[in-house]
Amino acid sequence: MAASDIVSATDCGQVRQRAAEYLLKRHRFRLAECLPWLLALAVFFAFPDRMTFGSQVLVMVMFALSLDLILGYAGIVTLGHAAFFGIGAYTVGLAAARLQWTEPISGLFAAAIVAGFVGFITGWFLLRYRGLTLLMLTLATAILLQETGNLRSDISGGYDGLPGLTFKPLLGVFDYDLYGHTYYLYALAALAVVFYFVRRIVYSPFGQALTGIRENVRRMHAIGSPVHRRLVTVYTIAAAIAGVAGALFTQTNTYVTLTVFDFDNSAKVMVMLILGGTGRLYGAFVGAAVYMVLEDYFSKLSPTFWQFGIGLVLVVTVLFARRGVLGLFENAGQYLTVRKKP
Amino acid sequence: MTRGSAAAHKGAAAFFLKYGVGLVPQLVNIAVSILFDGLAYAMFLFITSVGLSVTMGLMGFVNLAHGAFAMAGGYIVVTFTRTLGFSFVPSLVVAAVAVGAASVVFERGLYRRLYKSTDLEQVLLTIGLAFMAIATATYFYGPIPKSVPLPDWLQGDVNLGFRYFPSYRAFLIVLGAALIAVLWYAFERTNIGAKIRAAVDNRRMAESVGINVDRLFTLTFAVGSGLAALGGGLAIQLLGLSPSFAVLYLVLFLIVVAVGGLGSLKGTLLAALVLGVFDTAGKYLLADAGGFFVYAVTVVVLLIKPAGFYGRE
Repeated sequence: MAASDIVSATDCGQVRQRAAEYLLKRHRFRLAECLPWLLALAVFFAFPDRMTFGSQVLVMVMFALSLDLILGYAGIVTLGHAAFFGIGAYTVGLAAARLQWTEPISGLFAAAIVAGFVGFITGWFLLRYRGLTLLMLTLATAILLQETGNLRSDISGGYDGLPGLTFKPLLGVFDYDLYGHTYYLYALAALAVVFYFVRRIVYSPFGQALTGIRENVRRMHAIGSPVHRRLVTVYTIAAAIAGVAGALFTQTNTYVTLTVFDFDNSAKVMVMLILGGTGRLYGAFVGAAVYMVLEDYFSKLSPTFWQFGIGLVLVVTVLFARRGVLGLFENAGQYLTVRKKP
Repeated sequence: MTRGSAAAHKGAAAFFLKYGVGLVPQLVNIAVSILFDGLAYAMFLFITSVGLSVTMGLMGFVNLAHGAFAMAGGYIVVTFTRTLGFSFVPSLVVAAVAVGAASVVFERGLYRRLYKSTDLEQVLLTIGLAFMAIATATYFYGPIPKSVPLPDWLQGDVNLGFRYFPSYRAFLIVLGAALIAVLWYAFERTNIGAKIRAAVDNRRMAESVGINVDRLFTLTFAVGSGLAALGGGLAIQLLGLSPSFAVLYLVLFLIVVAVGGLGSLKGTLLAALVLGVFDTAGKYLLADAGGFFVYAVTVVVLLIKPAGFYGRE
């Protein structure tokens, strides 16, 4: 602040306006943001026989996006995010197998509500804790759900899962086809809706408060921000989105097993997000797509090689590229613009 | 423990419930079995987790590769007994020393760069290392679980006067008790132990009175990793050893550490005992529930005492 220490009323107004403009500018839709969506559509036409795999990628993008909300923006480190994915997956699976409720779109809403509810309850208790305790509690929650499912295998089908589910045609018109064309577009549409929602959240004052909590939780307490309530809210929202992703997973695969609750699943989505870059919305897209395509390719060659590779990538990412693939691009961009100037 | 024996005992429990009284000796027998097996399991948990607890307490470093060190110990034991023809106990010692020495390289080369980083970065680095370890183990040893040839005195049962117990578990309990005594002495009665306790309590203060915490940490890290390798070697007979060991049981070690409280020897022991006995009891009485009990106990303890039994709030 060069002018003076005493800020007059008009100055204050100007500063506020500048801040508001800055936020609006950040919020504004950029042309480059069309790119991933156009790419997703291009994939639909370019690889018509790989659409089942494509749907899986979209599901994982949505799952990673939900994790980005709590990990990337609010800074909550969890090892049990698969719990909500699993709840969504089983909500739809059980509704279809046991209650004959096979309408897909209402299934997504049901999954969001159930997963969000569980997220609210667990979040309300767990988000008072930090560090290792929080890691262990989130992890234990996911495993407890898995064990509960195993205990009542008469309902859940246990580790054999619920195979051969059938769902009603979408909107009563578009039926499930063998190549998964319908469900790819369906998953893409669902992802677009969820993404719009997440984008609004991230750029809202609420989203700013979350970033504040991530950056300096003490200061947020000091300025009177209701930290716990904010964290529980975003945890609930993220749980609901993860639930929708899980529901889509069940619907596109037409089966679900208890492995969705695995620690591996929680770890995998975190790896995807970190690879893409946390706290930057499109990190989930890049990370999930890159991870899934590489996994698909290399695990066919040799699963062992793939596992070693992903481990190595993680180590290298942490040591040299802490902000993920998108962070690398940004670094390169900055490097080039700096080089151009003189 | 095999699923078969657990199922048999579950059958016994159901039988008792059905016919009521008159089976008290049977019930006592089951209770003794649970306590004995639970104690043996607890010793394994303690030996493997204690290093993790001290390193996490000392540096606040989340080391998800700890299970990989244990697994490496297990495979070294397999190689030395099966391929090179050493007997079981010397192989355990070799595994502990080798992994302890190797862990210094990791600590100096990789871990120390991340002491000041966030939990998340530590989690990612170490889980990356764990993945690489699993892949390496799969490459060299294959995905099929390995077994290890035991000397005669560790096979069969041992008579303790009133009933027979499996020798191997008795060995585990005796070894665990001996290690606890040694560790307790080192921790509470030696100069180095006092330095470690000081550094866990208040790292800055310890540094400012001239304790070289970095070097101390390298030492405890090596000892802890060596103990993990010893635990991994002991686990082959108890739980089986396959490459997934590194992640499968890691969760359990972390739980022992979190429930016991970071950096506390006493806490780790208590947590290992409670979780070991609860897990064994759960598997005996309700085989279908699997690991439910361990996680339920964990959640309850951590909700009430977030820093664990003996952790600093």
